[in-house]
Amino acid sequence: MARDLDAMDPNATGEPRQETMVINMGPQHPSTHGVLRLLLELDGETVVSCRPIIGYLHTGIEKNCEYRTWQQGVTFVTRADYLSPFLNELAYCLAVERLMGVEAPPRAQVLRVLFSEMNRIASHLVWLATSGMELGAVSIMLFGFRERELLLDIFEMATGLRMNHAYIRIGGVVMDLPPGATEKIVSFLDILPGRIREYESLLATNPIWVERNSGVGVLSAEDAIALGVTGPALRAAGISKDVRKDEPYSGYETYEFEVATGDSADCFARFEIRLEEMRQSLGIIQQCLDRLEEPGPVMVEDPKVRWPAQLEVGPDGIGNSPAYVKHIMEVSMEALIHHFKMVTEGVKVPGGEVYQPVESPRGELGMYVVSDGEHRPYRVRIRDPSFVNLQAVPRMVEGSLVADAIAVIASLDPVMGGADR
Amino acid sequence: MELATRVRERLPETIVARDEVTSVVAREDLVEVLGSLREDPELAFDLLSSLTATDWPGRSPRFWLSYELYSVAHRHRLRLKVGVDEDDPRAPSVTALYPTADWHERETYDFYGVRFDGHPDLRRILLPDDWEGHPLRKTEELGGVDTRFKGASVPPVDRRT
Repeated sequence: MARDLDAMDPNATGEPRQETMVINMGPQHPSTHGVLRLLLELDGETVVSCRPIIGYLHTGIEKNCEYRTWQQGVTFVTRADYLSPFLNELAYCLAVERLMGVEAPPRAQVLRVLFSEMNRIASHLVWLATSGMELGAVSIMLFGFRERELLLDIFEMATGLRMNHAYIRIGGVVMDLPPGATEKIVSFLDILPGRIREYESLLATNPIWVERNSGVGVLSAEDAIALGVTGPALRAAGISKDVRKDEPYSGYETYEFEVATGDSADCFARFEIRLEEMRQSLGIIQQCLDRLEEPGPVMVEDPKVRWPAQLEVGPDGIGNSPAYVKHIMEVSMEALIHHFKMVTEGVKVPGGEVYQPVESPRGELGMYVVSDGEHRPYRVRIRDPSFVNLQAVPRMVEGSLVADAIAVIASLDPVMGGADR
Repeated sequence: MELATRVRERLPETIVARDEVTSVVAREDLVEVLGSLREDPELAFDLLSSLTATDWPGRSPRFWLSYELYSVAHRHRLRLKVGVDEDDPRAPSVTALYPTADWHERETYDFYGVRFDGHPDLRRILLPDDWEGHPLRKTEELGGVDTRFKGASVPPVDRRT
């Protein structure tokens, strides 16, 4: 890493520039949203140049996927962007299902949409909390995490875990909603609209919030598209690109919702868009609950695709139900053989390649999945929106004040687990 | 598919599989083809969604780059595939056309060792600067990286006991 400093060191280039100062921000800095590092060249308080440096959270998820079965891939990709685990699982499973020519049953698709939208709200609440904290609105930090806790309780109830759920699987979802979950979601739907109004009344006309966000970090539509920026940052520039509308998956074309766009292309527009997206997601969740009144299977019937076990939530997450363990260990030898084969060898996926995009809270999350016809993925590439969006930081920061860099990064909401994978 | 027909006029090697259009392009034509796909108002591929490589040892060419193109106006997608030989793992950089390719190309270089000619700053991006090798090549094993604690070492995952 010393090379980066050398490259910007005025003495190293032989052209002394007395006025500027190079400072290093991160990777251990509370305002950089995780382990993001910025190398800033400052002229007084003005940023002359900015270079984001990433990779501190690289965990080799893509390489790991190549060494496990297709089903195990779910548990790896869910850990990439740890604030949108359901979306990672969904994109991966949709890609694998398209390779296999399998479609999840209708009820599983509704559950996938339901959890995607709850996840979107949970992620936006973390964005609200952290960007509030970074800009000095500490009460917003407490509020955001408070409401997110309600969602994490629902996630924990349904999947056994607060993050890294591995709930969406190839061919459907692990299991149906447990008793009492619907009531919890209904009460969340009652609580959140009032809370969103509260955030808005605290921030939207707050002079400090407006001053820190309005007109800051402007990224025009042309620049955003050239830099590959998607999600709220692109929609803030007036481009209504949303994978849920443009290339619908899991039945999104049958849900009623609006894509929020802005026109000022600044941090404030991104703030307003995210609040509106939370409201739209609440509407989608309500539509999901209406559809869930009809019972049905949540996993395909094909024994060559579906996970063999009956799973249930235990104290430490999802595991085999005791009744199923009894069945394979004491009753049916065939069931044991089948279980052993599916768990150790896994499914076989026909050769080919697909690119499956979904709309994550941060933009287009794409899975490029290649199969060579065997039991393991040949290549999984996660096109993570945080990775791509971070490239736009220099464009938005250079020429502005160093304090604006904090607002800009907060408005992009990067998750380094996704950017570094 | 209408899109496939239109693309095939320019790129004869175009197939449709699983509702996705894929075209194979020669390495030396890549920049020109991308430029024309972008300028054609009926195709208007203005967003480069993703760029990565796949390694097929034993095949010729060994590395295949794939460019996922998207048109914001028409909402359609196209994948371009470019073969890169093992002996000369190079490809032209497309950063001049698509600035977003900057980090994607750095990542592809980092993971596969494919060099992009004309890239403004081709350095490793996710791995440390002093890392040796390109870990997503199929010839590299998973794990087996020595730790810095008194000569301790951990074998690759498939050779652990």
